[in-house]
Amino acid sequence: MPDLITADGLVKVYRGRKTSVRALDGLDLSVPEGTVLGLLGPNGAGKTTAVRILATLLKPDGGRATIAGHDVVREPDAIRRVLGLSGQYAAVDENLTGNENLWLFGRLYRLSSPEAHRRATELLAQFDLTEAGDRVVKTYSGGMRRRLDLASALIGRPRLLILDEPTTGLDPRSRLGMWDVIRGLVREGVTLLLTTQYLEEADELADTIAVVDRGRIIARGTADELKSQVGGERIEIVVRDRTVIERAREMLAKDCGGDVTLDEHTRKLTVPAHGGAQTLVQVVRDFDEAGIHIDDIALRRPTLDDVFLELTGHASEDDPGAEAPADGRAA
Amino acid sequence: MTARSTSPATSASDGLSAAITDGLLVGWRNLKRIPRIPELAIFAILQSIMFVLLFAFVFGGAIPIPGGGDYKDFLMPGIFAQTIVFAAATTAIGMTDDVNKGIIDRFRSLPMSRSAVITGRTFSDVIYNAGILVVLMVTGFVIGWRVDSIPALAAGFLLLLFFAYGMAWLGVWLGLNVPTVEVAQQVIFTVLFPITFISNVFVPLQTLPSWLQVFAEWNPTSTLTAALRELWGNPNPATSGSLATTQPLLVTIVWVVVIIAIFGPLGVRRYRSMSR
Repeated sequence: MPDLITADGLVKVYRGRKTSVRALDGLDLSVPEGTVLGLLGPNGAGKTTAVRILATLLKPDGGRATIAGHDVVREPDAIRRVLGLSGQYAAVDENLTGNENLWLFGRLYRLSSPEAHRRATELLAQFDLTEAGDRVVKTYSGGMRRRLDLASALIGRPRLLILDEPTTGLDPRSRLGMWDVIRGLVREGVTLLLTTQYLEEADELADTIAVVDRGRIIARGTADELKSQVGGERIEIVVRDRTVIERAREMLAKDCGGDVTLDEHTRKLTVPAHGGAQTLVQVVRDFDEAGIHIDDIALRRPTLDDVFLELTGHASEDDPGAEAPADGRAA
Repeated sequence: MTARSTSPATSASDGLSAAITDGLLVGWRNLKRIPRIPELAIFAILQSIMFVLLFAFVFGGAIPIPGGGDYKDFLMPGIFAQTIVFAAATTAIGMTDDVNKGIIDRFRSLPMSRSAVITGRTFSDVIYNAGILVVLMVTGFVIGWRVDSIPALAAGFLLLLFFAYGMAWLGVWLGLNVPTVEVAQQVIFTVLFPITFISNVFVPLQTLPSWLQVFAEWNPTSTLTAALRELWGNPNPATSGSLATTQPLLVTIVWVVVIIAIFGPLGVRRYRSMSR
């Protein structure tokens, strides 16, 4: 399959009065037609800037990008005809009904009026919004609004769908619902570029994940490849007594054979657990035999922070509130 | 894959008919909002009615009209002019709101005519203001305002709409240049209040200090008001004999052309540069 998206050394600098921010610093991308690329990174990594450039909403200061062979700067109209955009920025009108929104965007996509009506009805049904279709969007829940937003992006049956953080701010149930919807679209064969702050989301939806940091792609691979790069699952253990921390660290190093990181303040030790649950059982047994009292122990999957620590040597520069979704798989 | 794509019904090259269709669609969308947020229109009308009542019945008695005439007949054309000058606020606030809520980005990601967002906005705001004017005119008739003839009334109405069109372009430019709706409101309040008050709307110009009279005479709010008073046969006390007072209709039309010539290109340029 040829690449539907190519980006070559994209640079974008936002100039302020005193400082300027290099939001993109030589970003390269390629997305083959029919595949899903997850652009993973914390707030401020440059994901949205990249998306806005590809969606022809923003001009790059350097580099070049094409979609379906059309240059994003020189041929924006050609790109707008094959592109559907949904996310944090492109919105729906909250004073129109769901139906009116879709009809309007369909007409502006140059569908005839009856065709736009038909397409609107079809999409409302597909996104479980038929009953809400004649209600003003102001009355919609967050999840419904996102679904309508996504439906708006699909009005012209785009070849390329760009979703900018489609589940940020949604509750867990709506997030799962959104994932189902997106998976359905991918099955139909649409090419998808998705940005997210959540490794789990990229893992669920993307064929390939590109990790963005400070305006560049710093790693690229399948979810499994990335996870094995950061060491897969890890064990977190909190010991009760500060004086045994050193002993605990030695035992963990022996059982797990990896680098143990220690947070003195919370008495929490973290170590990659290559053997998964089996290793966990071993650790519990050894600590019990040694009489080291454990306050808390868990096996957890790598978070975006782990990926970042591993790949960049620095933690993701993110506000702690926007942390990856709590993983329910802890032991 | 390509078989899935719905090919657009017309080419997206900015044909004139596509530009008009898209402009009308955006205008339709803007007008749809009015009954959905009725408070906006209701308070715009109430504010004007409040001015009518305040000045007609509270201050009016203390303001003699040089050359005679009823204060209500003197006041109403000025109220319409003031309302239309403030129409720039409606446009600016609508524009800022669209930018901040991401609707503009949605429009810009569609293969639609690029001019449609602005032409649609100016078009719908003129219709909106026409509606507000009708309500105010009825109010005026109720309290005793009278005009010479129906054709004169129609001509004045068209002049008001033409002026509203100019103010819409000012509003577009302003709306694209302020960060939030609150700032838009502040700017409008600070700039437009003096413009509507240092004028002949509420008081005859003779009462102003002479240095302020020059500004007030040439103020577009004044020339519009004077033009309406002349068209409708409402009291229009003559002042200095400058072009602004002898040919108010002509000067008003020039004003609108100048406003559009300045703020039209500025607004369009600002809209285009949003991708930078």
